[in-house]
Amino acid sequence: MNENEIINTIVAILVLSGTFLSLVTTIGLFRLPDIYSRAHAASKSATLGVMLILLGALVYFYQDHGLDARLILGILFVFITSPVAGHLISRSAYYSGVQLWEHSVQDELKPVVEKKKKAAAEAE
Amino acid sequence: MAFQLLLNLILTFVWMFLYSSWDLPTFIIGFLVGMLILIIVRRFFPGPLYVQKLYAVLKLTFIFLKELVMSNMTVIKQVLQPKLSIKPGIFALQTELKADWEITLLSSLITLTPGTLVVDVSDDQRTLYIHAMNIDDIDEAISSIKNSFEKAIMEVSS
Repeated sequence: MNENEIINTIVAILVLSGTFLSLVTTIGLFRLPDIYSRAHAASKSATLGVMLILLGALVYFYQDHGLDARLILGILFVFITSPVAGHLISRSAYYSGVQLWEHSVQDELKPVVEKKKKAAAEAE
Repeated sequence: MAFQLLLNLILTFVWMFLYSSWDLPTFIIGFLVGMLILIIVRRFFPGPLYVQKLYAVLKLTFIFLKELVMSNMTVIKQVLQPKLSIKPGIFALQTELKADWEITLLSSLITLTPGTLVVDVSDDQRTLYIHAMNIDDIDEAISSIKNSFEKAIMEVSS
């Protein structure tokens, strides 16, 4: 096994596992019952999936073009922004009144939000 | 902290002036020599050495990556098993962290932890409301993990 084959194998493993994670994200978006559980799948697996695919591209183009700094920046930006996006989507869903799944066990945020809404209504 | 880094850079440039050569290897050697000098004179600085903080930042990055991989394992397991057995719920968590960036870092860490997602931060920034995929079996384990996250973040900020 020469150097080229080893690099190609690493690239294949990275890109294939990234694709597999993206597939799992999509299946999770269909199967999970409510928006909050879907945000779990979307914010975690999609992050690592995209990061692995970008990493595979980085390793692949390293042979002839050297290190591409834009790919590294892309990996970094995805890593920083996607958990924040998941948080913002689920927060705005909660405040616009999207219900949890009916089999949910507990909800400690509900009294806080209701109190806040009551205070806002009285202020008007 | 920033002062120590600046001092190290100044020492590096003094080293480069002494050699009067302006390439990367000289810079790196000068930086390492400056770091050694800073370690020798560390008792004259009021705070801890910046090298220690660098180590804490590296440790935090490593925790981040490990948790990302672990949480993906959990998501794959939950999504691909034939029968859905999740028990979601929202619970509150008290945090001792004060600064804004620390709380931001903690909530993105929690979001990347297996089975948890931050839904809201209370107005006084003392409580995080977290949506958990499986409330009964993870609840205890999660609070212990969070203690380790909080401790790692505190090590960086102290």
